[in-house]
Amino acid sequence: MAYEGDLNLKATELRLGLPGSDEPRKKSTPSVRSNKRASPEISEESRTRSNSSASIAENGDRDICAPPAKAQVVGWPPIRSYRKNCFQTQQNEAEGTCMYVKVSVDGAPYLRKIDLKVYKSYPELLKALENMFKLTIGEYSEREGYNGSNYSPTYEDKDGDWMLVGDVPWEMFIYSCKRLRIVRGSEGRGLRH
Amino acid sequence: MVINKKPRSHNHSLNPNFMREDRTEMSEDDDRSPPSDSVTTTDSCFSKTQTRTSGSTSGSGPSSVPEFQAPYPDQVLENVLENVLCFLTSRRDRNAASLVCRSWYRVEALTRSELFIGNCYALSPRRATSRFTRIRSVTLKGKPRFADFNLLPPTWGAYFAPWVSAMAKAYPWLEKLHLKRMTVTDDDLALLAESFSGFKELVLVCCDGFGTSGLAYVASKCRQLRVLDLIESEVSDDEVDWISCFPESEMCLESLIFDCVDCPINFDALERLVARSPSLRKLRLNRSVSIGQLHRLMVRAPQLTHLGTGSFRPSEDVAHGEQEPDYVSAFAACESLVCLSGFREIVPDYLPAIYPVCANLTSLNLSYANINAEQLRPIIRNCHKLQILWVLDSICDEGLQAVAATCKELHELRVFPIDACEDSEGPVSEVGLQAISEGCRKLQSILYFCQRMTNAAVIAMSKNCPDLVVFRLCIMGRHRPDHVTGEPMDEGFGAIVMNCKNLTRLAVSGLLTDRAFSYIGRYGKTVRTLSVAFAGDSDMGLKYVLEGCPRLQKLEIRDSPFGDAALLSGLHHYYNMRFLWMSSCKLTSGGCQQIARALPRLVVEVINDEADEDMGNFVDKLYMYRSLEGPRDDAPKVVSIL
Repeated sequence: MAYEGDLNLKATELRLGLPGSDEPRKKSTPSVRSNKRASPEISEESRTRSNSSASIAENGDRDICAPPAKAQVVGWPPIRSYRKNCFQTQQNEAEGTCMYVKVSVDGAPYLRKIDLKVYKSYPELLKALENMFKLTIGEYSEREGYNGSNYSPTYEDKDGDWMLVGDVPWEMFIYSCKRLRIVRGSEGRGLRH
Repeated sequence: MVINKKPRSHNHSLNPNFMREDRTEMSEDDDRSPPSDSVTTTDSCFSKTQTRTSGSTSGSGPSSVPEFQAPYPDQVLENVLENVLCFLTSRRDRNAASLVCRSWYRVEALTRSELFIGNCYALSPRRATSRFTRIRSVTLKGKPRFADFNLLPPTWGAYFAPWVSAMAKAYPWLEKLHLKRMTVTDDDLALLAESFSGFKELVLVCCDGFGTSGLAYVASKCRQLRVLDLIESEVSDDEVDWISCFPESEMCLESLIFDCVDCPINFDALERLVARSPSLRKLRLNRSVSIGQLHRLMVRAPQLTHLGTGSFRPSEDVAHGEQEPDYVSAFAACESLVCLSGFREIVPDYLPAIYPVCANLTSLNLSYANINAEQLRPIIRNCHKLQILWVLDSICDEGLQAVAATCKELHELRVFPIDACEDSEGPVSEVGLQAISEGCRKLQSILYFCQRMTNAAVIAMSKNCPDLVVFRLCIMGRHRPDHVTGEPMDEGFGAIVMNCKNLTRLAVSGLLTDRAFSYIGRYGKTVRTLSVAFAGDSDMGLKYVLEGCPRLQKLEIRDSPFGDAALLSGLHHYYNMRFLWMSSCKLTSGGCQQIARALPRLVVEVINDEADEDMGNFVDKLYMYRSLEGPRDDAPKVVSIL
C-alpha cells in the first residue's frame, strides 16, 4: 500500500520475489478482527478443496509453490481468534502498521474496535461496518450525506471535531480519524448543514 | 443433568430382580425398566422426568400399582436416604442412584446441590428447576467447541438469559455459576447480581455478549463474592470502571481473573482492592498492567498462589535510567506461588525476575511469551516440580529438549504456534515431540501444534508415555504426511490408541486414510472425545469409529469425505452422545432427515451459510444432540432444525 507523501521505499526495495507479489507476512484478511465472522467464500473454497481427493500426497518438503489460497481456510489451524490476534496485534504495533479506532453505534450496547489500515477505501470500510453491526449505511453523496438509510457514519478527527465519513480523501481520513460513531439518520444529516 | 448412559456392563450391577423383591418394603412404584437396551433405558429416564410425583409422601405415582400404604416408613426411609445421599458428590453416582426407584429419584433430586448441564439445549431451564429444587451450584455449557474457530454463526444461540430468569426464581440461594461458551448479556449479569444475595463464585469460560458494564453490576451487588474468573472470554469495553465498583469494605475475594479483558483498568482502584482482600490467592491481570504496576500489587499480596503477570513490560512513560523496583525480591516474597501465567507483551530481559519461584512452580503458562530456547533455558532448568506447561513454539525443538531434561513431573504440555498459518517454517517438529516423550514419562495430556511430524515420534510417545489421557496433535498443514517417509500418519495415531489404555480424548491431523480410523475403532475403546479435520478417504472411516467406540460422547469432524451412509451407521449410538458435529463433509439434507426421523429425541440442526446459494446438495454444517425438549425456539434463520 503506497502512502502518499512517503518516499515509497517499498517500490524500490530489493527482494527475491516476483514484482507485485506480496510480502509473506501479509496474510490477514479484513475479517481477522471480527472474530465471529465466518467468511462464506472461504469456507466454500475449503470444502471443494477437501472433497477432491483427500489423499493428495504432497511431498514432505515445504511447498514453495503452494497454492496461495491454502492459507485462508476458516477456523484452521484451530487456534482461538484471541490468540491469533494477539500476535498479529503485537507485530502490527511493533511495525506501526495498525490503526485501531473504536466504533460505537447509537443504540448498540457495546463498542467494537477496528483497524483502519486493513481497508483501502471508503466503500470497503462501510461494507465492513454494515456487516459488523448489521445495518445499512447507504451511499455517500457530497451534498446530502448518507441518504436513503437510517444510519450515518461519523468520526472524530484530530481536532476533536465530528465529521461525516467520506468528506475528506481516504488517506487523510485514516490518519486523522480518532474514533467512529454511527449515528441515527437525523443526527447524521445534521452534519451536513 | 447429564443423561449419562452407561454401557450395559454397568447396568447389570443393579439387578432388577433384587429391586422387585424389595418393593413391598419400600411401598414405592418401581417402574424402572430392566436394563435391556440402551435406548429403552434412556427413554425410561426421560419418562421419569415427566411422571415425577410431586410432594406426595405415600409414593403412589401415575402408573400406580396396588400397594401397601405406609406413609410413616416412607418418611423414615426418605430421611435416611436424604442423609445418606448427601454424601454422594459425583454426578455419575447420583445419576445412577436416581435410577433405582421413584423414592431414590425424588430424594436424590432433593439432595443434589451441584447441577451439571453439558449441553444447555438438552433440557429446558424449567425442567431442570422443577426436578432439582435445592441447587447451589450450576455448571452450564453451550456452544460446541468449533464455535471458537468461527465455524458457528454468531447468532447461533446458547443464551444464558432463560436460565438466569428461571434460576432467579428457583434458586435464590445460588452460590456458584460456571458457564462455558454461553452468550451472556449485561442484563443477565445484572439479574444475577440482583437475584442471588449469597452469590460467591462466577466463572465465565469462552463466553461473550457482555462487557465491563455487566462486570460492574456483579462487582457492586455481589457482596459475598469470592471468585470472579473470566477466562478466554470476549468482554467488550463499555468504558465502565468496574474495578471501582467493588465495595469499599474488606472483601472476601479469593480469586480475580481477568487476563482476557482487553481494556484498560483503573489501576489505583485495583491496588486498593488487592490491599483490602486478605484472602486473595489468585490474581490474573490483563495486559494493560505494566510490570511496575505488577510490582506494586505483588508487594501487597505476597500470599498469592496463582499469579497472571499482565504485560510484563514497563509502561511507556518509564524514563530510561529511572530506578526500577526490585522485581526479584517481589517474586521471592511470594513463597506460596505455584502457578504463573501472563507475560502478555513480555520484554524478555525481565524474565529472570521469576527465578525465585521456579522451584515451587507446578504450573507455568508462557503461551503468550515470544521467547526463544536461550531465554527459556535458565527458567525451565529450575522448574523441577512443574506439572503443567504451556508455551509458544518460539522456543523451538531446543526449548522442548530443555523442558524434557528437567520437568520429570510434567503431566500436561501445550505448545501453541506463534504463527498460525500453514506454510511457514516450523520451529517445532518431531524432534521436540520425541524429546518430550523421552524426558516426561508421566505425561498425561498434550496439545502440540507443528508443521511437520513423523510416525516414529508419535509411536515413540505412545510407548514412552503410556499414561496419556489426552493426545491432540495438530499438524497445521492439511493432509501432510510423515515428512521423512512420505507415508500417511495412520501408524502414529494407531499406536496411540493401541498403547495408551487410558486415552479419552484424541485429536488427529495430517494425511490420514481410513486405516487410521480402523485403528481408532478397533483400539480406541475408552475414547470419549474425538476431533477430526481433513482426514479419511471414505464413509468407512467414520463407520469404523461409530461402530467401534462405545464410549464416544463428543465427535467433531470437519472437511472430511464422510457421507450419509456413514452418518446412518451411528444410529445405535447417538442417544449416548452429547453431540455430533460435521461440517464441510459429504452429508445431504436427505441423510440428515433420515436421522431426524429415526431418532425423535435427537435435535438435528443444519446450518447453511447465508451467502452460499449453490453449494449443491451438501449440507454445510450439521450439529446434532440429544434433548428432552425437541427443537429450540431461539434458533436464527440460518439454522434449520429437521
